[in-house]
Amino acid sequence: MCLAIPGKIKSIELQYDGVVRMAKVLFGGITKEASLEMLPDAEVGDYVLVHVGVAISKIDEEEAQKSFKYLEEIGEIDELVEHSQIDRNGGRCPL
Amino acid sequence: MKFLSEYRNPEIVHQYIDELHKITTKEWTIMEVCGGQTHSLVKNGILNILPDKINMVHGPGCPVCVTPLNLIDKAVHLAEDKGVILCSYGDMIRVPGSKKSLLEAKATGADIRIMYSPLEAIKIARENPDKEVVFFAVGFETTAPANALSIIHAEREGLTNYSVLASHVLVPPAIEAVMNDSDTQIQGFLAAGHVCTIMGTGEYEPLAQKYNIPIVVTGFEPVDLLQGILMTVRQLENGEARLENQYARVVRPEGNPAAIEMLNRVFQMEDREWRGLGTIPNSGWNIRTELEAYNADIKFNVNILKVPECADCIAGQVLKGIKKPFECSQFGTNCTPEKPLGAPMVSSEGACAAYYHYSNAGDEVNA
Ligand code: SF4
Repeated sequence: MCLAIPGKIKSIELQYDGVVRMAKVLFGGITKEASLEMLPDAEVGDYVLVHVGVAISKIDEEEAQKSFKYLEEIGEIDELVEHSQIDRNGGRCPL
Repeated sequence: MKFLSEYRNPEIVHQYIDELHKITTKEWTIMEVCGGQTHSLVKNGILNILPDKINMVHGPGCPVCVTPLNLIDKAVHLAEDKGVILCSYGDMIRVPGSKKSLLEAKATGADIRIMYSPLEAIKIARENPDKEVVFFAVGFETTAPANALSIIHAEREGLTNYSVLASHVLVPPAIEAVMNDSDTQIQGFLAAGHVCTIMGTGEYEPLAQKYNIPIVVTGFEPVDLLQGILMTVRQLENGEARLENQYARVVRPEGNPAAIEMLNRVFQMEDREWRGLGTIPNSGWNIRTELEAYNADIKFNVNILKVPECADCIAGQVLKGIKKPFECSQFGTNCTPEKPLGAPMVSSEGACAAYYHYSNAGDEVNA
């Protein structure tokens, strides 16, 4: 039940005499309403995480890209260590 | 923008698995706190492809599972004897109370409605001014803000026929309860990403220090989980015990300030009973005294006798990661998702139910 799903804000309208910002959020092919009361600065086009009808977080694109670089990054660090060891062990560094 | 499919990409999953096999030299026991993560680990078969040396144990983070039996009995009583319109999330409706579930009460005529969001319950209260509407609000820190929001809406609209039966539980006290058990073997935690989306990561740093364990805030997709496990194992292999955030695309260190403000406005901390674990001090939220007009427990003053849990169920040990579901003598025989004896079998996010549904339960029992 704690599922929260990412979607893109399609439109925003004001309800309750302008007190509440409600968004239409696109999840794949389905559009659902979500309250933006916990994301006061969310705008149309933002990607948000929605849980039980409430948008709870904006998704940070840069960070989303980074998680795929994690392996590469740690791979590079390991390689550096290996290379420096090879270097120490007889100067066969391929670089 | 990377969302779902990338995080399930089999090629990337295999790269993570390879890296894990490469770096794991010792035996490590790691707990994922959140039932959503348990479900994802079991459903995607991740437990079967991890290095043998990594032992994942499953925590108490399923709010449906840990809601006390007595509260389910109260909800059934409100619907059947007080004639209220009882609204709740779908998973909660199926959980058996001591005599029956809400679903069974519905079948015999009680007005029970399944909601996707507590804001729908507000709509029902607005449309039925001559009826009392009660929302049975369970959940961890992730769900509490939406439930709080429903009370704020009711207050703003002046709805006097809306109230909430609240059963909110909190993750950090559960981690403490697990670590304070002298039988615990846990050496690292995956913290629940969506909980931290709301609360931030500040509460976990002191826990990592106090218990000298790595804690990695982790998401829910296969790649997230593997990356979280990899980060935890790297720390363990290096002798580190820090807080790390794997799920930075949605979790900021400060959490969601607007949600936290709303929580503080509506809820106050209290000791709370967890099904299978007993009472944990300061481990839950209930509606603030100033807002008690919206507290169904007070409004209807329901006194229901407490019925003890089944004596054969070892849920307490399962929820603390001391025993695996298949180590329970009742697993899969007397206890199934259709007829659960205890907390972790009641929702698909409970460890016993996840094992029952997705793993080859028979093999493990015979092994
Ligand atoms: S299998 Fe059933 S009886 Fe055994 S611990 Fe799990 S919930 Fe309890």
